[in-house]
Amino acid sequence: MYESLFSFPAGFAGDFQRLRNELDDLFGVVGMPTGIRSVAPGSFPAINVGNLPQSLEIYAFAPGIDSSKIEVTVDRGVLTLAGERPASLPANDAKVKVYGRERASGHFHRAISLPDDADPSKVQADYRDGVLHISVARRAGPVPTRIAIQ
Amino acid sequence: MSKEQELTTTQGNTAPANTARASGTASDTRFVVPRVDVLEDDSGITLLADLPGVPRESLELKVEGDTLLVEGVVATPMPQQLQSVYAEVRVPRYRRTFTLSRELDASRIEANLRDGVLNLRIPKQEHARPRRIEVRAG
Repeated sequence: MYESLFSFPAGFAGDFQRLRNELDDLFGVVGMPTGIRSVAPGSFPAINVGNLPQSLEIYAFAPGIDSSKIEVTVDRGVLTLAGERPASLPANDAKVKVYGRERASGHFHRAISLPDDADPSKVQADYRDGVLHISVARRAGPVPTRIAIQ
Repeated sequence: MSKEQELTTTQGNTAPANTARASGTASDTRFVVPRVDVLEDDSGITLLADLPGVPRESLELKVEGDTLLVEGVVATPMPQQLQSVYAEVRVPRYRRTFTLSRELDASRIEANLRDGVLNLRIPKQEHARPRRIEVRAG
């Protein structure tokens, strides 16, 4: 009896998602500023960002992509990741039955505003185990200048 | 909890079994349910699971009775002094279990992990493959 409840992958988790959306409407997002390019939670790929003294480290969790087809660009302080993820499902094969279809496919695009001290000429990216790691160097901190009072 | 642990994690639907902090053995109880595609054809079932950040060494596949367990730990190297500023992936562990049905042959499962995508092939038992039944007139 209980097992049947779990055999619908989206079923009862979906109720929580709706609850969460309603709570967001009630308390969360309303009135709070969000980034102009922010995306809904669960968007592909998920991104983590961390700070180091000399660089900004970005980790994009984008499994199953040909690394030569990921485009990383920096334009006017906005770093953009774009690419395409091929669909795993055969186009129209009548013999294949599809049960779960949760993985994202198709074009994806995410943008991150870089801080003022980011150096767009020093960006490194590597792709490993489905994680795209981008390291953006920071410019050396300006030496504080003493201003003489006249 | 170190900043480093806070950073490593997974996407989407978090399913915290409980809210234990990620330290010691308690971290084993918090995980993310990976997204999967399940396809069936005449000879078996193909399961594709997104496990970004999981190398082959930290992936565990177990069949116990009729239960298939897929578990992986994110092992993306991150610098020690990294300070997290934004994280969508917060739990560095994936876990999902499936119930196999009897016509599947769990002893011949083939697994392949590439670029964070696990491809599992679960063949059907020989006798369970569909065959055409001739109708004799008589």
